[in-house]
Amino acid sequence: MPETWQEGGFGLYVHWPFCQSKCPYCDFNSHVVERVDQRAWADALSAEVARHAAETPGRVLGSIYFGGGTPSLMTEHTVAAVLAAADQGWTLANDVEITLEANPSSVEADRFAGYRAAGVNRVSLGVQALRDPDLRKLGRLHDTAAARRAIEVAQETFGRVSIDLIYARQDQSEEDWAAELDEALSLGLDHYALYQLTIEPGTAFGDRFARGRLPDLPDEDRSFRLWETTQEMCSAAGAPGYEISNHARPGQESRHNRIYWASGDWVGVGPGAHGRLTLDGTRIATEGIRAPGAWLASVRERGHGDSTRETLSARETRDELVLMGLRTRDGIDLDRVARAAPDEPELALDAMKAAGLVEIEGRTLRATEAGRVLLNSVIAEILPD
Amino acid sequence: MTDLSHIRNFSIVAHIDHGKSTLADRLIQSTGTVQDREMKEQLLDSMDIERERGITIKAQTVRIDYVALNGEKYVLNLIDTPGHVDFAYEVSRSMRAVEGSLLVVDSTQGVEAQTLANVYQAIDADHEIVPVFNKIDLPASDVSRVAEQVEDVIGIDASGAIPVSAKTGQGIREVLEAIVHHLPAPQGDRDAPLKAMLVDSWYDPYLGVVVLVRIKDGVLKKNDRVRFMQNGTVHQVDRIGVFKPGMLPVDELGPGEIGFLTASIKQVRDTRVGDTITHEKKGADKPLPGFKPSIPVVFCGLFPVDSAEFEDLRDAIEKLALNDASFSYEMETSAALGFGFRCGFLGLLHLEVIRDRIEREYDIELITTAPSVVYHLYMRDGEMRELHNPADMPDLTHVDHIEEPRIKATILVPDEFLGDVLKLCQDRRGIQLELTYAGSRPLVVYDLPLNEVVFDFYDRLKSVTKGYASFDYQMIGYREDNLVKMSILVNDEPVDALSMMVHRDRAEMRGRAMCEKLKDLIPRHMFKIPIQAAIGGKVIARETLSALRKDVTAKCYGGDATRKRKLLDKQKAGKKKMRQFGKVDIPQEAFISALKMDS
Repeated sequence: MPETWQEGGFGLYVHWPFCQSKCPYCDFNSHVVERVDQRAWADALSAEVARHAAETPGRVLGSIYFGGGTPSLMTEHTVAAVLAAADQGWTLANDVEITLEANPSSVEADRFAGYRAAGVNRVSLGVQALRDPDLRKLGRLHDTAAARRAIEVAQETFGRVSIDLIYARQDQSEEDWAAELDEALSLGLDHYALYQLTIEPGTAFGDRFARGRLPDLPDEDRSFRLWETTQEMCSAAGAPGYEISNHARPGQESRHNRIYWASGDWVGVGPGAHGRLTLDGTRIATEGIRAPGAWLASVRERGHGDSTRETLSARETRDELVLMGLRTRDGIDLDRVARAAPDEPELALDAMKAAGLVEIEGRTLRATEAGRVLLNSVIAEILPD
Repeated sequence: MTDLSHIRNFSIVAHIDHGKSTLADRLIQSTGTVQDREMKEQLLDSMDIERERGITIKAQTVRIDYVALNGEKYVLNLIDTPGHVDFAYEVSRSMRAVEGSLLVVDSTQGVEAQTLANVYQAIDADHEIVPVFNKIDLPASDVSRVAEQVEDVIGIDASGAIPVSAKTGQGIREVLEAIVHHLPAPQGDRDAPLKAMLVDSWYDPYLGVVVLVRIKDGVLKKNDRVRFMQNGTVHQVDRIGVFKPGMLPVDELGPGEIGFLTASIKQVRDTRVGDTITHEKKGADKPLPGFKPSIPVVFCGLFPVDSAEFEDLRDAIEKLALNDASFSYEMETSAALGFGFRCGFLGLLHLEVIRDRIEREYDIELITTAPSVVYHLYMRDGEMRELHNPADMPDLTHVDHIEEPRIKATILVPDEFLGDVLKLCQDRRGIQLELTYAGSRPLVVYDLPLNEVVFDFYDRLKSVTKGYASFDYQMIGYREDNLVKMSILVNDEPVDALSMMVHRDRAEMRGRAMCEKLKDLIPRHMFKIPIQAAIGGKVIARETLSALRKDVTAKCYGGDATRKRKLLDKQKAGKKKMRQFGKVDIPQEAFISALKMDS
């Protein structure tokens, strides 16, 4: 029997923790610094890739993802160095997907050819909005015109292009969003990541919200209707939702993100990067030191950048399988759930099934469309205590 | 043993926050009773809750040795009394153990409702009273205005009043001199048979029950065999002593003295406050006049949030009851909340203090049900039953009529808020008894149903008067009214812990308010939930909590799995703290918050 992770695939995540400025909604591990020693970072990231490759010998790497922060602030040489280390450590799949997150500004668009030459074959552009006033409110440094040009360059350069948009913004009506989404869909891209604005504690928005200075965010009912509109429009445009916030033309789904949602194995490299590795039948969670300087020093001085490395229990492994897997249209394999935690109580599915929030087909468990929009509550109901 | 003429026994009466505890601290400190390094604020308030809330709950005693300006050495015994209305009973018995009182009035505030209530108790106990005007260091201090008020409102001579600042220590020496020269020495006969008044008792984990006594006649010595006259029990005295304020053993206690004894007594319940202690042999024939026992007036259910902690709760309640005879309890089973206790308290503050102590000292999270008063049910067969819990309300066809407890509330309020206060009392079914002026301020006396007061009357009063009103009450008896039991149904299931007795005329309004509150307090579920108030089978108010529409995390990638899993565990733990009624989870704060009225 194959180890359960193999059903989810194997990938590499590389975290570039630097940004030109911090966006007010972002709670990712990102830092604004004046100058980055690209050479030192390339060396440290490559060393971490090699370290992890040594403990996962013989595996075939299906995907590499540069996330951040703003990975499009990496030089093409840095990207190339990390990719070379990966190529050296593992066998790259023939159809390996190599994605890089980029800001849609003119400066960065100029680097696209270099990334392509280094091996990047998919780009995810943080467009966030197609309305200039809203871009400014979101703290973005680009404008719509620059974003459109960057999208064009990306389409010419890379085979596959995805854009991120944030909706359910302050004062955004259903009509406003429908018009904006229509413009986005008419760009004819093969992948759209469409996120409802979430106010996270510890961000500038979180702070403003707590002080009552972020008025006119949509209430639950409006945010439901915005979600519904989004699903309908994307389906009609031939890019249906295949995960809560991700929409793609058939076959153009992100292979990398599927590893997370299907509880595959991935190596996480860089400050604050999380990884999951199944070693000798045990699932291990790793996390990098969050502060960039401390991470770099640790890699150099101690030979690794991990802040934690812990074994997940059968129950934790099973819970992740469920809470990640039910986000997708594909759902999860109940046999795999049972194998992950054979001694734990079974999922409590009856009530949610009766309510039409989940469905079972063969041995596949899926959240229905009604269930997906309530997924947090659904998961809380079905995971036994 | 000190000669009677050199003993002074006194208490301090004041409204809350007028500086009683600070003045006591200063008296203790300035006489060297406590070394400076041992000094802490509110020295006599030994419980954390007392210090935190700035209130005194149990009476505390301290013996102060003072060398007066005339060169003579005096023993001053201070019994510090609780200021809050819930503990008025403790005040009255402490007053009976001393001969004089310091009346502390904040010279920036003037006379308040508790000042009045407590000073009348001192007058009832025939005390000599020395007015002390505190906080003269503050710019808003107005001693002459306060003196006028004390004379007009209370009717005692304020010409000898002493201006002090307990904070800076100014005037403290004058207070000590006034105690010596203006308060009477106690009287008693050293050669008469022993008569000692049992003033208070409490449980000490090392010594057993400690009994606070005031010797009227005779002499108490270690190893004496004594009889508690009302109880008829006999004990051998292990220890006697005085409080300085720590326990200091002495050889004997003579007439006029205040001190403690221990006698291997296991439970506070075995000692009756107000009892007379005499010698087993050659004892007194007649006891001193006793006190009325205090009776609980407010009841509520206490249930552990985690039902596995029921035995821990039982243990905690039994230990607290060891030390607090005024608190009663019996086991209760609720369909919704499982096993718990129905507990009786002297008032809401007493309830809160007990609840806080269980949560804090015993680390048990509690669900507190709606406080209720004791109703008298007159049955058709002529029997009278006490109803402590609305859930126990019998079938109405067997009930002839229901009586509820009423109180006389005294409220002092600045003129500008008078209208709001009258409206509040009117809304709470009050009957105006008096509206007079205490100096320049209106003094309002109302006859109110206790059940309209127990829950949040004091909070509402504070809020409509911006904290400027003062309030005190006393029970005045029972009266018939048109009372009904209102049930609350959540998703068509009755929630017994939320049922309450209400006046029929106010039922619709209360029902609507409850349903609206619950609609806000219960989180949305995956289905819609009807919330109804009903009398018998008749629904009198209804709200619908609509179903949850959207509850999903927008972004969830590799870095979020751990966080998401931990969040889920937290969510599950949070859910355990809620109570399930059918399919509905009700957060515990709903049980208290739902009952707070906004009018």
